[in-house]
Amino acid sequence: MIRFEHVTKRYPESGDAIADVSFELAAGEMAFLTGHSGAGKSTLLRLIGLLERPTRGLVTVRGRNLGRLPMRRVPLHRREVGMIFQDHRLLPDRTVFDNVALPLVVSGLGHKEIGRRVRAALDQVGLLRKERSFPVTLSSGEQQRVGIARAVVGRPPLVLADEPTGNLDPDLSREIMGLFERFNQVGVTVLIASHDLALIATLPYRTFTLGAGRLTRDTGPRS
Amino acid sequence: MRRPQRRPAPRRRSRIPLRLWRLPGIWASHHLQGAVASLGRLMRTPLPTLMTVAVIGMALALPGGLYALTRNLSLLSTGWEQTAGLSLFLRTDMAEAQAAGLADALRARPEVAEVRLIGPDDALVELREAGAGFADAIGLLGENPLPWVLALQPTADVNAPDALERLREELAGLAEVDLARLDTQWMRRFQAVVDLIRQGVLILGAGLALAVLLVIGNTIRLEIENRRGEIEIMELVGATPAFIRRPFLYAGAWYGLLGGLAAWVLIAVGLLLLQGPVTRLAALYHAQFPLAGLGPLALLALLGGSALLGLLGSWISVNRHLAAIEPH
Ligand SMILES: Nc1ncnc2c1ncn2[C@@H]1O[C@H](COP(=O)(O)OP(=O)(O)OP(=O)(O)O)[C@@H](O)[C@H]1O
Ligand SMILES: [Mg+2]
Repeated sequence: MIRFEHVTKRYPESGDAIADVSFELAAGEMAFLTGHSGAGKSTLLRLIGLLERPTRGLVTVRGRNLGRLPMRRVPLHRREVGMIFQDHRLLPDRTVFDNVALPLVVSGLGHKEIGRRVRAALDQVGLLRKERSFPVTLSSGEQQRVGIARAVVGRPPLVLADEPTGNLDPDLSREIMGLFERFNQVGVTVLIASHDLALIATLPYRTFTLGAGRLTRDTGPRS
Repeated sequence: MRRPQRRPAPRRRSRIPLRLWRLPGIWASHHLQGAVASLGRLMRTPLPTLMTVAVIGMALALPGGLYALTRNLSLLSTGWEQTAGLSLFLRTDMAEAQAAGLADALRARPEVAEVRLIGPDDALVELREAGAGFADAIGLLGENPLPWVLALQPTADVNAPDALERLREELAGLAEVDLARLDTQWMRRFQAVVDLIRQGVLILGAGLALAVLLVIGNTIRLEIENRRGEIEIMELVGATPAFIRRPFLYAGAWYGLLGGLAAWVLIAVGLLLLQGPVTRLAALYHAQFPLAGLGPLALLALLGGSALLGLLGSWISVNRHLAAIEPH
């Protein structure tokens, strides 16, 4: 599903955020990405979602060499990667329903189909009752779940989450991880960047550790 | 691009066969939806929209109004053409009796409304009064060389220029007549002035069209700036550039079209206000003169042109400013 071969991402202002990273994540796997602040976790996810292009090396997602992907194919690639951001990135002036519907609207789906899928996604994250609310009226955990619903509503084969439990209490964090496990159980490949080592330790998933841009540990695929 | 089978739920969309003949309809309905949605968005901020539309309307009303003016001047001059006369210069050997006889003969013709007889002495006096220097020179000759002149007024039904010209040719062929001339020189001058104004309208129109382009381009730029966050998020979830650009292009076209409509209203109101004084003026000449509006063709050109201007303005703006927005 995802393959990194000697990938380096250099920012002109701050040097190498990712340095010579190689790994492979198979389709249907679920894995965590940890490391200290500034280790390059977000950068790695952004390379997969094509928010950045690698400076050196090869990033391949679903057999596609992202470094060579022409501009006009980028939107299609992003539709196949559901991304969840630590700061949610919701539209404040749109309802929960409209926020979650956005990926379907931009891919030109019909009204009825959009309604059906958005409600299914909201149901999965337990926010069906809040579809008419605006993001500011929701708690941080609820907003995070809206972001998750938006990421999975297009049924992407790959979901990336950047600190999805960033400032949630332990119960809520476990609940959110449970959501990702459920997606994974139906075949979605999931990669989660997280600081929450205590929570990760309780879960039986593969874990990558980044240190100053380098991959320092990989527990390997789950047997 | 096969997706892993995740759920056994039937994928209904792919089972519906795509009917090619329905594609144009789908395409059109997408555009209609987009156009309506973008109009709705403009209406949600009525005051700024109204201000932009008013500015565009005023800019377009100026050349449009001037055009309406030239149209009315042209109509006015076709009215005058009816009263344009013919001057028959008789041969110099014609005496008063012969001139009077010809005048009577001409008066009997159905296409002639009136014939006035101007003798050589009257003509000389007229020349002197007009201050033409060579009248004195003529006086030196001792003998008045000026011919008898018949000033002929055709009836209203001989109003077409070519009918008038035919009458002139016929009369020029008479034995007594040396020269027959249509009194249209002043009309040609008038026409030249109208043409000049018309040229001015074109130049002014081009300049103001550029201004409208800038106004709409700038409005769209601000709109893009206001919606930057939204645009970034749409890019994040996989919107194509065409999808993101479309509402802005519609908005530009709407601004242009609404501005064109505003210009039309302004011109119509202006003409309405002028109709009163014009009617009073025309009454002094025992005439009626209803002011003409733009006319359907010019109205169509105004609305179509303004919508196109809006589209072009927003297209330029969108191309310049949207590309700079990248999700982060
Ligand atoms: N847009 C950017 N321009 C310049 N430097 C950047 C940019 N984004 C990230 N960096 C730098 O790259 C390095 C890695 O950043 P990154 O956001 O990937 O870290 P992180 O592991 O996600 O940290 P955190 O846990 O705090 O979110 C940092 O040193 C950061 O300063
Ligand atoms: Mg980060």
